[in-house]
Amino acid sequence: MALKKDFVKFDKVDKSYDGKVLVVKDLQLDIEEGEFVTMLGPSGSGKTTCLMMLAGFETPTNGEIYLDGKAISSIPPHKRGIGMVFQNYALFPHMTVYENLAFPLRVRKIPKDEADKKIDKALSMVSLQGFASRMPGQLSGGQQQRVAVARSLVFDPQLVLMDEPLGALDKNLRESMQYEIKHIHENIGVTVVYVTHDQSEALTMSNRIAVFNDGKVQQLSSPDELYEKPVNSFVAEFIGENNTFVGEVSDISGGKCKVKIANTDILANPISVKGKGEKTKISLRPERALINPSDKMDNIHSGKIEEVIYHGDHTRVRINLLGNNQFILKVPNSSANLDIKLGKDIKIGWNSEDARALDPS
Amino acid sequence: MSSEIKQILTTDGIPLEVSLKKAERKNKIKAFLLVAPLLFFLIITYVFPIGDMLFRSVDDKMVTQMLPKTFKAMENWDGQELPDEEVFAAFHEDFIKLVEDKREGKLSTQLNYTKNGFKSIIKKLRRKSKSFEEGNYKEQIMSVHKRWADIEYWRAIKRRAPEFTSQKYLKGMDMYVNEEGKIVSVEEDRRIHRVLWLRTLEIAFFVTVFCFLMAYPIAHLLATLPMKYSNLLMICVLLPFWTSLLVRTASWMILLQQQGIVNDFFVGIGLVADDNRPEMMYNKTGSYVAMTQILLPFMVLPLYSVMKTISPSLMRAGKSLGGTPFVAFWKVYFPLTIPGIGAGCLLVFILAIGYYITPALVGGASGTLISNQIAFHMKSTLDWSFASAMGLMLLSGVLVIYWLYNKLVGIDNIKLG
Repeated sequence: MALKKDFVKFDKVDKSYDGKVLVVKDLQLDIEEGEFVTMLGPSGSGKTTCLMMLAGFETPTNGEIYLDGKAISSIPPHKRGIGMVFQNYALFPHMTVYENLAFPLRVRKIPKDEADKKIDKALSMVSLQGFASRMPGQLSGGQQQRVAVARSLVFDPQLVLMDEPLGALDKNLRESMQYEIKHIHENIGVTVVYVTHDQSEALTMSNRIAVFNDGKVQQLSSPDELYEKPVNSFVAEFIGENNTFVGEVSDISGGKCKVKIANTDILANPISVKGKGEKTKISLRPERALINPSDKMDNIHSGKIEEVIYHGDHTRVRINLLGNNQFILKVPNSSANLDIKLGKDIKIGWNSEDARALDPS
Repeated sequence: MSSEIKQILTTDGIPLEVSLKKAERKNKIKAFLLVAPLLFFLIITYVFPIGDMLFRSVDDKMVTQMLPKTFKAMENWDGQELPDEEVFAAFHEDFIKLVEDKREGKLSTQLNYTKNGFKSIIKKLRRKSKSFEEGNYKEQIMSVHKRWADIEYWRAIKRRAPEFTSQKYLKGMDMYVNEEGKIVSVEEDRRIHRVLWLRTLEIAFFVTVFCFLMAYPIAHLLATLPMKYSNLLMICVLLPFWTSLLVRTASWMILLQQQGIVNDFFVGIGLVADDNRPEMMYNKTGSYVAMTQILLPFMVLPLYSVMKTISPSLMRAGKSLGGTPFVAFWKVYFPLTIPGIGAGCLLVFILAIGYYITPALVGGASGTLISNQIAFHMKSTLDWSFASAMGLMLLSGVLVIYWLYNKLVGIDNIKLG
């Protein structure tokens, strides 16, 4: 069976709660069948609202959402057949784990022996065999989380929504759960729409990430593309660490542009600048700038070391470079780079390709 | 394992238990001092009165002390025939003493509780006894009134001989010890208390049901509405709390009377004819309406406090898993509110079962409860021991309900907020 390209489709969806402010603006989003798509963004960016509209708990103010080709705005949540994992798990506290998992099967009138098989399968998927008779209150946070995941999958939905499911877990558990959910997704091939504000979570788990800000999708692409090639300065700053220079384009030619910063011209890769005189913000990932650069690099400048922080595998160096005293470098911990001392002037270089000249905001 | 337990010592060599007690003693004293005022207050205002009530309800010393010689003489009397001269002489002696102390009225009241008809014959006896001659008291007393020659009345006196009695409790259930010493019910047309007990239970039960039906949606709204609306609604719920009970009941009288607002409205919209206005007050309806309104907050508040803790995502989870809104409500939301329902129902039922002012004002004859009867005996007949007995019966009824509730729902499941 061929996988459908637009299994879930948001078509020009607007959403407003009070008739004054648009929480979601003109949302256009296609999700492929079997894909793991993450909606990533700061709080208040509209990502959870989108998820709730998809689940049926909010209605779009304008536009339409399609699931498997069918418009679903008029279908109530219980008929959409979408599995959902909630922020605080939303396990039914008065039911055992077994009863929690049996709930979606019972309302679908699935015979008991078949239901039992499905429940066993779902529990083994999250490695919780033998927990069926426990109450949710007797489980740890991570175990509750797994029950919630199992419950959202036990009735074989085509689509599973997850609303910041790992937010309440501690860091180590969160990381291991990320891999677990990723593996479950890979094994059963269900389509997952995942909401989080944690970028590392999004980068780890997703096939594609939709970065939300201000009710709009800023960029929808794979994790590596999102990190390497952000299309605007919001994405560049939101994902990963980022060094920025604000300046004005003084020349643009041959796929490169010159940007004037603090009376110095630097070469950059013009992404969203079109012509001379435009204001721009240059984004450069810390690991793309090197100390002791080779001559091949087309940007070589010198700066003064302001702070050195030892991180074990690498050293974080803060440098005052071209009037920006927040310029961060990550220096790998190898013997060649021992010459880093506070207050020292060093040369730093990078390829103009990696310095992306984006919108100035 | 060795059988002797090794005593654990602290680093200073003091036994651990001793050391712990010493360390905790100060806190324990502090804690006790904090609760001491309340404890003291409770003992004075609750434990003593209840104890006194319990005592009063079974205490029957008064008559025993008023007729000591009579009862002594009666010890040998088998009750088959009229007592002999010895008893009459002793009774006369006791009676003269009572007349001297001007306490014969009390005796007549007390004996009248046991058997009607004592009041007049004791009055008569007092008058005639002034001219009694010494000796042959049996003849003289019997000639005062024919009832003095009736063995039933002498048996009634003998029944008052013990210092303690259960007759008040029996009377509360419309029963009495008959001439043969058996416990029997009074005649059907005089069973007022049983009717009242049943009516009290019935009204309390239905008031609880009505309160529950009305409070559940209100509490749900309170728990789910946005803050600015829920605050307003909360004030509406609490407003009755801040109004005097009497005022609220009186306003129901204005609303419910035959020429009242509700009736006017019904006539106005043509629901009832002007000359056929229904009676909504001075009967059960009045009690139901007013008590439900007054007790409603006691149901709303525990329900609200429980519902407030139920995450809205649970209902959503229920729906997203395929449950219709009703299934999600019935299988997920409702079971989680049971602790609140239990608390609210218990609270309302227990308050309703002992309700007094409202039924007294709007209940009329068919809407009064057992508490009105208790008040009646406290204030009008001054039969405090009977009032105490009924009060204790009410209290034990409440305790039984509490016990039943604990068996059915479990008291730990209760949540008052």
